[in-house]
Amino acid sequence: MSTEDQFGLEITELRLGLPGGGERNVKKRVFLDILGGGDEVDLCGNGGGKNRNMEVAVGWPPVCSYRKRTIIKMYVKVSMDGAPFLRKIDINGFKGYSDFVMALEKLFGLGDECEYIPIYEDNNGDWMLVGFVPWEIFTETCKRLRMKKKVLDGGLQTKNLMRKNEN
Amino acid sequence: MTYSFPEEVLEHVFSFLTSQNDRNAASLVCRTWYEMERWCRKRIFVGNCYAVNPRVLIRRFPEVKAVELKGKPHFADFNLVPEGWGGFVYPWIVEFARVYPWLEEIRLKRMVVTDECLEIVSKAFRNFKVLILSSCEGFSTDGLAAVAANCRNLRVLDLRECEVEELSGHWLSHFPDSFTSLESLNIACLSLEVSFSALERLVSRSPNLKTLRLNRTVPLEKISKLLQRAPQLADFGTGAYSAEIRPDVYSSLQEAFSGCKKLKSLSGFWDVVPAYLPAVFSVCSQLTYLNLSYATTQSPDLIKVISQCHNLQRLVVLDYIEDMGLDTVAVTCKDLRELVVFPSDPFVADANVLLTEEGLVSVSQGCSKLQSVLYFCRQMSNSALISISKNRPNLTCFRLCILEPRAPDYLTFEPLDVGFGSIVENCKELTRLSMSGLLTDRVFEYIGKHAKKLDMLSVAFAGDSDLGLHHVLSGCESLRKLEIRDCPFGDKALLANASKLLTMRSLWMSSCFVSFGACKLLGQKMPGLNVEVIDERENLNLLPENAPVEKVYIYRTVSGQRLDMPDFVRIMGKDKNGVYNLSLCDKGL
Repeated sequence: MSTEDQFGLEITELRLGLPGGGERNVKKRVFLDILGGGDEVDLCGNGGGKNRNMEVAVGWPPVCSYRKRTIIKMYVKVSMDGAPFLRKIDINGFKGYSDFVMALEKLFGLGDECEYIPIYEDNNGDWMLVGFVPWEIFTETCKRLRMKKKVLDGGLQTKNLMRKNEN
Repeated sequence: MTYSFPEEVLEHVFSFLTSQNDRNAASLVCRTWYEMERWCRKRIFVGNCYAVNPRVLIRRFPEVKAVELKGKPHFADFNLVPEGWGGFVYPWIVEFARVYPWLEEIRLKRMVVTDECLEIVSKAFRNFKVLILSSCEGFSTDGLAAVAANCRNLRVLDLRECEVEELSGHWLSHFPDSFTSLESLNIACLSLEVSFSALERLVSRSPNLKTLRLNRTVPLEKISKLLQRAPQLADFGTGAYSAEIRPDVYSSLQEAFSGCKKLKSLSGFWDVVPAYLPAVFSVCSQLTYLNLSYATTQSPDLIKVISQCHNLQRLVVLDYIEDMGLDTVAVTCKDLRELVVFPSDPFVADANVLLTEEGLVSVSQGCSKLQSVLYFCRQMSNSALISISKNRPNLTCFRLCILEPRAPDYLTFEPLDVGFGSIVENCKELTRLSMSGLLTDRVFEYIGKHAKKLDMLSVAFAGDSDLGLHHVLSGCESLRKLEIRDCPFGDKALLANASKLLTMRSLWMSSCFVSFGACKLLGQKMPGLNVEVIDERENLNLLPENAPVEKVYIYRTVSGQRLDMPDFVRIMGKDKNGVYNLSLCDKGL
């Protein structure tokens, strides 16, 4: 990230804090403060407020899988088509996809005849079908989840899945 | 005038050489010494299982009692090596079973171990004593049952952070009643409950038991029983350290701990209930090793324990300790050699705890014997790094992980080049370094210039150009392991320093700019190297030669191409019969 980019934005930006190149995240925090944004406001595509996630790269930070599974909570937000409120789930609390998807369905009180399929937004902003990548990679790259209502027409369903950033 | 020692004298002298490096050097002196040494070498260490093959090893060393092998590259710990890459120990075990019936010890790290392997081990070696599996996978509790049932003289069964398929907890009950030789048992990584009565009986009939690390399922209330049966323990790992707060449970626990006069190492503490922590107070002053990195409890509770650990040499803890807790460490633990601070919430950018660079600076000031640091934090400054380097020029291992990639000096917003430069310049004995934060080519210039004893370097999200990599490869004389991810290093530095790679164990580069063409060229030019391109994308053949590979793993080898590669691994630049000419390279390994 070059110094020039930072100074370019600096001039027009209202901020509190030291002059000079700013850390990317500091700028985002200030934007949200000015607009009175809370947790749900997602201006920069990276989540706002306290539980903001960092730039996600596979295997970063370098905490070994054993420790990650044991100690670390990785809460991501889950939305469901038609439901007014989001929920949170700790994706690190599961050993694999099968118990994870079961827990997701329980979270929203969905039964066996589930009309919803889980999709997730990864660190590149792409919406993917849950189960597409190995479980370990999923836990590291999943930023948020959505329970998408199944559409009767198979073709439309696929198209819907491919559409980016529906939220 | 010629001198020659009788063989027996030479053998006796060699028996005092324990380090493999010393033995390697001795075997290069002359043919006689080479022959003498190889017949009496008992302990073998292979740092990369693909650097050599079992046949070569067995041919040279016929009388081996202990073997240590390492498989996957270090970055496999962080999911960067795809499943199925390799590191299969089976072919080694089969050869050992055939040729070393008196093998006693096997230590494996990051290898794939199957149940069949464990069964062979349990039956082929009559005097088998030590099995240590570190970050291994591929086996189930059935394999453990075979070891328990058949290894009559087993002393050590140590499973460190392994991925075990847990079919049942009954495996422990397979240790026969006649089995009394156990000295060390570590099952901390298992999640299924083992029969407590079987465990208790096992502990009771093992008078030499020194190490016992339980898994999470062993309840707090039962620990006192075990400790009473084994008051001679030197190393104990609790299970889940939580229970309803009951005075009778507390007092028997406290009494049990105070009976352990030889206890020096303590770990475990999952799900800790702070009210039970004082039960360990009586042993705190004895402790040289304390691992609280699974204790998700706040700083004040941790401080109460640590402030009594005057003789602590190694501390592993979560960042819940905070700067305040580290101030206590600096004041209390004057004998501290190693500090490890893991992050409690690494995937969230905002700090959840008051742990900053100040805690580390404080410990570096107060603990004059501090040699080894692994520290996760959210902010760092050049001035802090400079202070640390001046306080502790005796550092040998410095691993710093600032959680946000490319984070600059939080005070000046500059790169951290000068800070890390100061570390390598002042800490002249530094053998291991891991860096993070915003770093330009300059830091690599400093490293190449000063880090003459550096053996292992880990780099992520750093540098500007090939010059960075070139500084390291051309300057770091002692470098043996280099692992790089997400850096703008490409072909030029790699090809210009090709011969350097023969002096190293391995080089890992992922998400960099190394091209297919360069990998092929390197593989062709250097028959002594395996240049493995690890790339899971489809249709690689359609990519141009100058396209960057996903991952490349380069290592020196005398055994040529390996034969167990999955389809996403390609060894570049070798023809189909690319087995290196062994006679040219059969030197001191």
